Amino acid sequence: MKFVDEFRDSGKAKALAREIENIVARLEKGRARPLQLMEFCGGHTHTIFRYGIEQMLPDGIEMVHGPGCPVCVLPMGRVDDCVALAERPEVIFTTFGDAMRVPGSRKSLLQAKADGADVRMVYSPLDALELARRHPDREVIFFGLGFETTMPSTALTVLQARREGVANFSLFCNHITTVPTIKAVLDSPDMMVDGFLAPGHVSMVIGEAPFQFITRDYRKPLVITGFEPLDILQSIWMVLKQFDEGRCEVENQYRRIVPPRGNTQALKAINEVFEIREFFEWRGLGSIDHSGVKMREAFADFDAERKFTVENPRIADPKSCQCGEVVKGVIKPWDCKIFGRQCNPENPMGALMVSSEGACAAYYNNGYHRRTA
Amino acid sequence: MCLGIPGQITEITSEEMLMARVTVAGVSREVNIACIVDDAHPPASCVGDWVLVHVGFAMSRIDEEEARRTLDILEQLGEVQEELSAMRQGAGA
Ligand code: SF4
Repeated sequence: MKFVDEFRDSGKAKALAREIENIVARLEKGRARPLQLMEFCGGHTHTIFRYGIEQMLPDGIEMVHGPGCPVCVLPMGRVDDCVALAERPEVIFTTFGDAMRVPGSRKSLLQAKADGADVRMVYSPLDALELARRHPDREVIFFGLGFETTMPSTALTVLQARREGVANFSLFCNHITTVPTIKAVLDSPDMMVDGFLAPGHVSMVIGEAPFQFITRDYRKPLVITGFEPLDILQSIWMVLKQFDEGRCEVENQYRRIVPPRGNTQALKAINEVFEIREFFEWRGLGSIDHSGVKMREAFADFDAERKFTVENPRIADPKSCQCGEVVKGVIKPWDCKIFGRQCNPENPMGALMVSSEGACAAYYNNGYHRRTA
Repeated sequence: MCLGIPGQITEITSEEMLMARVTVAGVSREVNIACIVDDAHPPASCVGDWVLVHVGFAMSRIDEEEARRTLDILEQLGEVQEELSAMRQGAGA
């Protein structure tokens, strides 16, 4: 892995690692347990493992890999709904490739496709709209998922469909929101996380303000973080510096992409099309209040949930799954009793094994199969 | 899906629909530019700009050097090929 060595040898990475070590050594005095920092976003998890960033950190800090992988947290009931929609003969069901392999209680979308359902992978919701224009005799459903990063794209696509009057296009909306989810993690009694690296591209849309309550009400420092390995090291250092200097604030390491107020046009489109759901069901975390959005009444004609019957069954995660505890940093992936046995990337039982951005898959794929002494 | 990829706007294909042609690592496709146009940046002025593209939408402007560096890193992370093949497939899938 040439690039990993190059990264670690680089002057900047070395200097940051040294600084981090110095601060942790100071902070460690009088602490009974390591400092825990949560990276919320699956993109960050991916970079951390790809570049072996955890191995560059001293023992006094631990990274907790949060729930921010939209594919991972999709509950089985929702996948079942997708499969049921896709199996309708008039439907062309379109989705991002990432969602194809997520297991439902009966089958995944990939299996549904193999069994004859018309499931198509698209790169963009715009491609789904184009399919609807080209096949006026079919119903084209786009499976919208992801956090605020992808919400503007589906909102703008729906607005375009309405402008053109593409009546055979609809959205199956499963978008989820970042802030209520972080709040749920913070409110859970066994939570021990001391500080946060906040997702860069979500912040590019929503800006800095929505994170203020975390530093104000929960007193946890937070740094909005980019996706490159140096971004992550630098942000870890910034959080530690806040501890060291007794500060607790929202800082923005990713200023080159994240404007403090977010993206006005994107937020406008989101607010026009979507409203908050009472609650949304998460794989591994259960139901979280206000953690998802649905389409407003005005867009009922483009809402697959209203156009077709969608059952939204609640299917409990298998009992042996401990995804919730991993996500909160209470246990490490290898502490889960079925890690690497019944639950592995080929046959994922829990959410965090589904995509390479999930913590358990990342541990498994990178050979961290057990605690090393 | 969440990482995005930098590309350069080469032409505006529809002012009305706010669509533009973007070249990403040699692959060209149409993307929507609604999120990066405002009074200070009308569509016509966007040609030549580097942008971060997420699922077919330009989400923010970036400078050229930054764009090249990000492409390098995405290449190392093994993300570029996946993104490009998805892009090429487009609606034809
Ligand atoms: S090993 Fe599987 S079930 Fe256990 S926490 Fe990880 S993803 Fe969840």
